[in-house]
Amino acid sequence: MLCQNCKKNEATTHIKRVINGEATQSHLCSACAQSLGYNNFFDDFTFNLPSLFSGFFDDSMLALSESRLERCEICGSSFDDIIKSGNVGCANCYEKFYSKLLPSIQRIHGRVKHAGSVPQSTADVVVPKEKTTEEKIADMQKEMGKAIEEQNFERAAVLRDEIKKLKGEN
Amino acid sequence: MNWYRNLAEQGDICLSTRVRLARNITQYPFPARLSAEQKREVGEAVREILKDEALQFIDMTSLSPAQTVSLAEKHLISPEFACDTQGRSLMLSEDEDISIMICEEDHLRIQTILPGLSLDEAFTQAQKLDEKLGSRLSYAFHSQLGYLTQCPTNIGTGLRASVMLHLPALKEKGALHRLSTTVAKLGLTLRGSYGEVSEVSGDVYQLSNQVTLGISEEAAIKNLNSIAMQIITQEKQARAALVKDDDYLDRIYRAYGILKSAHKLTTNELIKLISFVRVGVSEGILSIPAEKLKELTVTLQPATLNAAMNKALNQSERDVLRAQRVKEELL
Ligand SMILES: [Zn+2]
Ligand SMILES: [Zn+2]
Repeated sequence: MLCQNCKKNEATTHIKRVINGEATQSHLCSACAQSLGYNNFFDDFTFNLPSLFSGFFDDSMLALSESRLERCEICGSSFDDIIKSGNVGCANCYEKFYSKLLPSIQRIHGRVKHAGSVPQSTADVVVPKEKTTEEKIADMQKEMGKAIEEQNFERAAVLRDEIKKLKGEN
Repeated sequence: MNWYRNLAEQGDICLSTRVRLARNITQYPFPARLSAEQKREVGEAVREILKDEALQFIDMTSLSPAQTVSLAEKHLISPEFACDTQGRSLMLSEDEDISIMICEEDHLRIQTILPGLSLDEAFTQAQKLDEKLGSRLSYAFHSQLGYLTQCPTNIGTGLRASVMLHLPALKEKGALHRLSTTVAKLGLTLRGSYGEVSEVSGDVYQLSNQVTLGISEEAAIKNLNSIAMQIITQEKQARAALVKDDDYLDRIYRAYGILKSAHKLTTNELIKLISFVRVGVSEGILSIPAEKLKELTVTLQPATLNAAMNKALNQSERDVLRAQRVKEELL
């Protein structure tokens, strides 16, 4: 996708805002994002700039990491995925890629040691229960009906295929 | 207490105080990697834990687009949350002072928003809900990095506290650029509050903490509160000086005149005019209840108007209705 402002560079910053009663998204390259004033990684309500996080990685880090394709066992993210999306995949990723993330964390916060409150005991934890296949299929059929109603046929097709797959497993 | 219908401490300058805590649950990957179905599961778990609280559970897909955007206009959800409602849900208090966004950028975004400068109260309220949720959910937490969040800019306390400040006099003095550089050195950010950064309308700015790792919640709140108080004091002094200027007084009276007589008003125009009138009110030049002004700027926004009227008014119709409402309230 090209930057909406200069129409030259690849858009890497996606800004969601509410303008004149509508929720809209602007797509900008990092240079235009900077010059228009979106140069802050602060995630205020007016802006959402996860991709700017990737600006905290320097090229040397990218070059040096041969193990970039190594993946988190829990969510399947590679460090490459994290850099590209600006999103860490799951809690385990922080453990898995700790030493790689640390320099950027240091640059963002200046410090790398938590000084705030800690969660209470995790005894008596509610784990949302796993749904049965039948329940999942019923939910998806409902969602598919809604997608068709909204004429979101792309989404409906995806759901149809997923339902087929689940039914096959059953 | 509803933030846009009431005034509180320092209410002529500090329009609102907002605190939000970002939390994630260990059993799930972060929201970007969740299906709509999994997001709904998280929503159901939260709903179950908070069933005794006076909070309404809202499946975001059940709202009309105007209702959704209106929540963002009232700062109860983020624009990001309004852009994609699939699988997402919200828990909202009747007064709209508590809103919990479920599966926004993090599994939980616990938010409290109050009128005036009330950081301690807003934080205490958010903390209470956090404790209740944390006693039943296993939060993603790391001994060195604190609470873990999808974006590393929020790890540590996961706390973002902010105050919305109306600073027309400091703006007029050209003091804001220096101010924003100064607060940046103190770990805070000052930025425009209505949409565009470069062209701030209404002279409303947001001051918030920037760093979340390596600083305790209490220290972050205390720091923000003390800087906010200093800025408020400076703005007060600047206002007192400003209204001694006949040119500025003229702008206040003209703004008031347009508000009382215009047949059409856009949102931007309203915000800009009210900025002048608010100075007039705080300096005792005009006698209008200040909370009315805040209420008008919030409730007369485009989607909020459409949602309240339950109609798809076009821009021109809204501008007429907006001007009419303003006249009713100010005359
Ligand atoms: Zn560009
Ligand atoms: Zn992971």
